[in-house]
Amino acid sequence: MSVVLPYLLSGISVGGQYALIAIGYTMVYGILRLINFAHGDVFMVAGVMMVYMCASMPWYIAMPLMIVFTVLIGFAIERVAYMPLRSAPRMSIMISAIGVSYLLQNLVAYITGGLSQQYPTIPFISDSINIGPANTKVVTVITPFLVIALVFALVMLINHTKIGMAMRAVAKDYDTAQLMGIRINSVISTTFVIGSFLAAIGSVLYFSNYTGVTYTSGAMPGLKAFVAAVFGGIGSIPGAVIGAFIIGISENIVKGFEAMLAVFGINSNIGIATFSDAVTFALLIIILVVKPTGLFGEKATDKV
Amino acid sequence: MSNTVLQIDHITMQFGGVVAVNDLSLTVNQGEIVALIGPNGAGKTTAFNCVTGVYEPTNGRVSFCGKPMVENFPQGKMKKMYKGTMQGEYTAKISPTPDRITKLGIARTFQNIRLFSNLSVFDNVLIAKHMRAKHNWFSSTFRLSQAEERRMREEATALLAEQNLLQLKDEVAGSLPYGIQRRLEIARALATEPTLLLLDEPAAGMNPQETQELTDFIREIRDKYKLTVFMIEHHMDLVMQISERIYVLDFGKLIATGTPEEIQSNQKVIDAYLGVTEDA
Amino acid sequence: MKTKENKRGKIITAAIIISVFLFAAIAEKVAPPSWNMLFMVLKKGSIYVLIAVSMNLLNGFTGLFSLGQAGFMLLGAYTYGIFTIPVEDRASVYQYFDGGVIQFTIPVPLALLLSGLVAALFAFLIGLPVLRLKSDYLAIATLGFAEIIRAIFQWQALGPVTNGSNLLRKFPVFESTIAYFAVVGLCVAIILLLINSSYGRAFKAIREDEIAAEAMGINLAKHKMLAFCISSFFAGIGGALLAMYQTSVQAAIFKSAMTYEILLIVVIGGIGSISGSIIASFLYIACSEWWLRFLDQETILQPTERGKFIIVMAVVFVTLLVLMLIRIKKPKGKPRALYGTGAAVCAVVLVWLVYFALTGQTKVPLLRNGFRMVVFSVIIMIIVLFFSHGIMGTKELPDLFKPKEKEDGGKEAAL
Repeated sequence: MSVVLPYLLSGISVGGQYALIAIGYTMVYGILRLINFAHGDVFMVAGVMMVYMCASMPWYIAMPLMIVFTVLIGFAIERVAYMPLRSAPRMSIMISAIGVSYLLQNLVAYITGGLSQQYPTIPFISDSINIGPANTKVVTVITPFLVIALVFALVMLINHTKIGMAMRAVAKDYDTAQLMGIRINSVISTTFVIGSFLAAIGSVLYFSNYTGVTYTSGAMPGLKAFVAAVFGGIGSIPGAVIGAFIIGISENIVKGFEAMLAVFGINSNIGIATFSDAVTFALLIIILVVKPTGLFGEKATDKV
Repeated sequence: MSNTVLQIDHITMQFGGVVAVNDLSLTVNQGEIVALIGPNGAGKTTAFNCVTGVYEPTNGRVSFCGKPMVENFPQGKMKKMYKGTMQGEYTAKISPTPDRITKLGIARTFQNIRLFSNLSVFDNVLIAKHMRAKHNWFSSTFRLSQAEERRMREEATALLAEQNLLQLKDEVAGSLPYGIQRRLEIARALATEPTLLLLDEPAAGMNPQETQELTDFIREIRDKYKLTVFMIEHHMDLVMQISERIYVLDFGKLIATGTPEEIQSNQKVIDAYLGVTEDA
Repeated sequence: MKTKENKRGKIITAAIIISVFLFAAIAEKVAPPSWNMLFMVLKKGSIYVLIAVSMNLLNGFTGLFSLGQAGFMLLGAYTYGIFTIPVEDRASVYQYFDGGVIQFTIPVPLALLLSGLVAALFAFLIGLPVLRLKSDYLAIATLGFAEIIRAIFQWQALGPVTNGSNLLRKFPVFESTIAYFAVVGLCVAIILLLINSSYGRAFKAIREDEIAAEAMGINLAKHKMLAFCISSFFAGIGGALLAMYQTSVQAAIFKSAMTYEILLIVVIGGIGSISGSIIASFLYIACSEWWLRFLDQETILQPTERGKFIIVMAVVFVTLLVLMLIRIKKPKGKPRALYGTGAAVCAVVLVWLVYFALTGQTKVPLLRNGFRMVVFSVIIMIIVLFFSHGIMGTKELPDLFKPKEKEDGGKEAAL
C-alpha cells in the first residue's frame, strides 16, 4: 500500500486537473462539434501569465487577474478564429483551431525565449503534507474536492438556469435552437468562457505540482484531457470527469508499475514508465473500438 | 407467373422502442413495376434501407432471385421486444454491406439526391462502373488494365448518350438543375448493371410535366434494360399510372396490396391517408 | 474538376517540372557555396512535398481525417536507419546496447522501399480497428496511435533494435538534391497515377458521400484501407528521406506538432490539390528556413535604412488598417470581430511606429529569436481565415493554363 498510495494520490490529483480541462473540450465539442485543439494551449498560457504576473504583484491579486485574462483569451479566440468559420466545413474550423494552437505556442516561445519558467509558489496549496506514508503537496489533496465542487456548480448551472437550458438546446440541435430564437453566438461564447475559466483554475492546480511552464506544456495535458472527454463520451460532463480520473490514475499506475512489482519481489527494469503517455491513447483506442461513443455518449445515426 | 426477383419475409426493424417497419412481407416479380406507398413516416425508406443493407433488420429475411440475401433473427433485448409472429423461423444471420448487395444486382437512388456533387457527370457514372471492372489497385494505378478502363469509359459514354446527358458530361454534378440531377442519379444506378432498381421518391420536388416525363422514362428504362422496378413514391398520378401492383404501408405495417384500381377503392388506404376519427 | 482534355496545360506543366529538375541538376554542379541555403530548402522542401502529398491523398482525396502522419514517418525513418547503418559503425551507434542485434545492412533503395512497406504494414494493423470511426474520432485515434508508436520506439527494452531514446546515425545519406528530387518525383508520380485511376475516382466518391459510394458498389472498408496504407507507405518513405536529410533520427521529434505542420501545408496548398501541396511545401520550408530567417536576428538600422523602414511599415499598416475599417462597415461577409481585431492590431503597430520614429531608436524592435515563428503563424492564421481554399483550391497546375472555353453551351441545350 505504501508503494501504491503516492501514485494513486497523484493519479487522482492529475485526473482532477485533466477533468477541469476536459470539461472545456467536451462542452465545446457538444455545441460546435469542434475539437478545440487550442484549449490545451489556453491552459498553458494561463500558466505562463501566472508566472509573469506573480513577478510583479502578490499572488492573491495575480490569480484572479490571470483567470480574467484567460477567460478573455478564450472568448477572443472563439470570436476571431472560430466564429468566421461557422458555416465552413468542419475540417476548416478544426484546422483553424490547430492554427491558433500553433500561434499561441510560438507566441509564448517568443516571449519566454523558449525557456522553462519557474512557476510561483502559492502559499498553502504548495505546502507539503503527509498522508499516511506518502508525502505530497496540499494541492494533490484539495484538487479532487475542488473539482467535484466546480463540476457540481457547473451541472447546476446547466440544468437550472436559462443559459444552461439554451446550451443544452444548442447541443441537442444547433439549427432548431437557432430557429427558436436562441442567440447562438452568446451561448457559444458562454461555453468558451466557462471552459477557459476552468482551464485557468486547472492550470494553477496542475503547474503547482510541477517546477516550470514552457510553451509546449499545454500540448500533452490538452491531448489527454481531450482523450478523457472522448473516453467518457464526448458532450457529457460527468463522462469527461470520470474519464479524466481514469486516465490520470492509469497514467500514474503505469509510472509506478515497476516500483509496485518490486514489492512482490518481481524486479524488472524494462522501462514501463516510458508508456505513461501512451497508455492514455491505448485506453482511447480500446474504448473507441468497443464503444465508439464513449462511456456515456449518445448514439448518433446518419439519416439516409 | 413470372419469377420472383425480390422477396421480403417478415421484416421488422426496431430503433430502440420504435418499430419503424413491422412484420413486412412482399414480393416483386421479374419485369414488374411495383410501388410502395404510405403516409410520411410509414417506414418506406426504412424498408428500402433493410433491403439495401444500410440497416440490419431486427428480424426477417430478404431474398433476391430466390437466394437469401439478408437474414437476421432477433437477439438479446430485441428478442423480448420483437412483436412479430414468426419468431424462430430464421436461424441464419446474413448481413452483407450495401456494396455487396449492389454487386448482386440491386441498385438504388436516394430520397435526397446523393450525387458526388463536386465531381463531373461523367465521373459520377464511371464510379458506378468501378465495381464491375476487372482490375486491382496495382494494375489500375500502373495502367496495366487500360483495356478495362477504356471499356468502362465507352460504356459510361454510351449510357450517358442513351440518357441524353452526354452533352453535360463535363459539368459538375452539383451544379445541374434538380430534375437533371434526378435523371443522373438514375443513370448512375443503371451503370451498376442492376437487375432490380429501387427508386426512393424519384418524383419528389417535380412539377406535373416533369413527373409525366419521368413516368415515361421509368417505363422506357424498364423495357430497355430488362429491369424490375420497385419504388417509393408520393405522387399518386405517377404511382397509379405506372405501377402494376401497389403495397401500402402505414405505421410500419402493411395495410393493403393490389392493383392501382383496388388500392384506390380500399377503405383502409383512404383512412390512412385522410385520417380517421377516433370512433370510426 | 473537368475531365476535358487540356493538352496545353499538360505541356506547360511538364515543361515547368522538367526545367525545375534541370535547374536543380545544373545549378548544383556550378553554383557557388553561397547558394547552400537554396539547396537545403529544395531538399527539405521536396521531402515535405512527398509527406504533404501523401497526407493529401488521405485527407483531401479520400476524405479520411487522419492525424497519424508523424507516426508513419517515424516508422519509415527508423526502418531506414536500422537496416542501413554500416555494420562496422554499429558498435558506436548502439553503444549502450552492445552494437544492437541487427548485424547486417541492406542496399539503400531496398531500405527505402522497406521503410514504406513497414509503415504500410503498421497502417494496415492500425486501420483494422480505427478506420470504422467517423471524422473527428478517426483523427484523434490516429493521433493516439502515432503517440503510442513514438513511445514504443523510445522504450529502452527495445534498445537493441531501436537504440532506445538515443540517436540513430551514421547511415548512408543522399548528398545531392537531385537524388531527393528523383525519389520524391517518382513517388508523387505514382500517387498522381493512382488518383487519376479508377481507384482514385472511388476514393473521391468516398470523400463526396460515403453512403452513395457504398450504394455504387464501392467496398468502403477495402478502399479506405487501401488509401490509408498507400498514404502511409509514402509517408514512411518520406520519413526515411527526412532521416537522410537530418543525418540522424530520434523518435522524440516525431510529435503531433509535426503532423499539424504537414496538415497546415496541405491546407495552405489547397485540400484536394496535389500541385497545391507541392507549391505549399516549398513555400513553407523556404519561408520558415530561409526567407523569414531575418526576423530571428537582432538588427541595427543605419540612419538611411531607418527612414525607409518607417515609411514602408507606415504605408503597409495604414493600408491594412483602412482595408479592415472598410470591411467592418459591411454587414455581410466575415464577422466584424475578425476585422476589428485586425484593425486593432494595425492601430497598435502604427502607434508603436510613431513612438519608434520619435524616440530615434536604431535597433529594430521585436526582432529576436522566435519572432519568425510568430509572424509565420499569424500568416497561417490569415490564410486559414481569409483564404480557406488555399493557394490552389482543388485545381491542379495544368488547369491554370487551360485555354478559355465556351460557357455552358451544353447545359442550355439539355434544359
